[in-house]
Amino acid sequence: MRVSMDIELKDVPGQMLLALQPLSECKANLITVVHHHQKRTPRKTVPVKLVLETRPESIETIKAKLEENGIRIVRVGEHRFRESINVVLIGHVVHTGIQDTIDEIDRTGFAEVVDLSLSMPGINMLSSALMKIDAVGKEDLHRALAILKEVSAKKDLLMVLPIDIQA
Amino acid sequence: MKTVCCSILGFGAIGQGVAEVLLKKKEYLENIGLEVKVVAVVDSKGATINPEGVDLANCLARKRTDGTVALDNLSGVEVIQSVAHDLVIETTPTNIRTGGAGLQNMFAAFQTGKDVITSNKGPLTLKYRELMEAAKVAGSHFRFEATVGGSMPIINLSNEVLAGNKIKSVKGILNGTCNYILTRMLEERASYNDILAESMQLGIAETDPTYDVEGIDTACKLVILANAIFGLDATYSDVKVTGITKVTPEALEMAYERGHVIKLIGEVSRERIHVAPRLVPINHPLAVGGALNVASVETELAGEITVTGKGAGPTETASAILSDLIAIYGN
Repeated sequence: MRVSMDIELKDVPGQMLLALQPLSECKANLITVVHHHQKRTPRKTVPVKLVLETRPESIETIKAKLEENGIRIVRVGEHRFRESINVVLIGHVVHTGIQDTIDEIDRTGFAEVVDLSLSMPGINMLSSALMKIDAVGKEDLHRALAILKEVSAKKDLLMVLPIDIQA
Repeated sequence: MKTVCCSILGFGAIGQGVAEVLLKKKEYLENIGLEVKVVAVVDSKGATINPEGVDLANCLARKRTDGTVALDNLSGVEVIQSVAHDLVIETTPTNIRTGGAGLQNMFAAFQTGKDVITSNKGPLTLKYRELMEAAKVAGSHFRFEATVGGSMPIINLSNEVLAGNKIKSVKGILNGTCNYILTRMLEERASYNDILAESMQLGIAETDPTYDVEGIDTACKLVILANAIFGLDATYSDVKVTGITKVTPEALEMAYERGHVIKLIGEVSRERIHVAPRLVPINHPLAVGGALNVASVETELAGEITVTGKGAGPTETASAILSDLIAIYGN
């Protein structure tokens, strides 16, 4: 998963190394480092923003190791979902149980329906839905789409996928 | 000057388009050293034959006034077998269930050692391998650029112009009728049925639109591409097909609000052949409107190459046939 971290370094040489060593030891992949040289906190420390990719179970170890090295951790934010996709569903979207369709995705734990637009022009007419699905990673997104595909087939819904996704 | 004697089998819109283009391009062809002499024109009712060259302008006029060019009661196969010529321009209507007259005409042409240029998808969708084999045995040229994307070069682009590149995939809009319907549904916020009716009135959709709107036409074109570009031995049953009949104006509108259009996209690679409505970003090269066709060829060295153009129409299709003719006999 992707994690952002705000840390503070003492304004003495060698601090950045102390901050990055624990990441390397835990095999975290460093995505960005923003080192605010010119800024100082009231504590006279230098604020640094990190974005890294790591396994969820490594986060606590990384935090502990940073603290051992005397690095102050101000904030840790998880970016749980890295992948996102829009999918259109057409058919009797509501009557075949829209909640159930959403639940099928949500209960996976690795993907969630985060937005839904719905249009029901008339009782005997086809409804249309545009669903935004977020997922932890690319593979998870494909797993979620496979589930949605199965549900759509069962409910006789037409699923319209983005062109860059392998249908 | 090289003289190419040919027959035009099928004198509907496409066959007439070929005749008109040959008349129009007579001087140009002569300038590149080609005299194209049409020795027979055949429609569903019979044939006009003249070994010295049929008067094409007269054929076109008679077709318009009498509905036929028939002076002799001969079929395409009979003309192929009895009239000496080099090239069969096969433009009979597509029949994907049996291959229709086109399939018989093509086999007969190869059996008598003639070259074939065609716009007819049916025989190629059904019997690609057998036809290629028959052409090879006969030592005949067999070209069919006009079967996919009308005037738009895809097959020759991939196999000749981009020679040396490995083609990874071809995807695009290969049916103008579906593109027109989806474009107009979004523009007018109108239902599929309303726009289908409009398309029929304008002659953009056939009286029986099934072939287009169910994605069958696109699937046939993909089968041809799969065989001609990727060297597969694919038939229609290898294609996963979903048409556009279920697409609603509301779905188009919701997609558009999020920066997408819905298009019927055909996709072919070594791994899969697939037709389905897809969400295409508005600024994507494949997001063309109206009745246009478009195809993106993904290549190993040249990256992605996209061509767009009119996928149907007599003159546009005749343009592809003319380029095939020059590719065989030019120089």
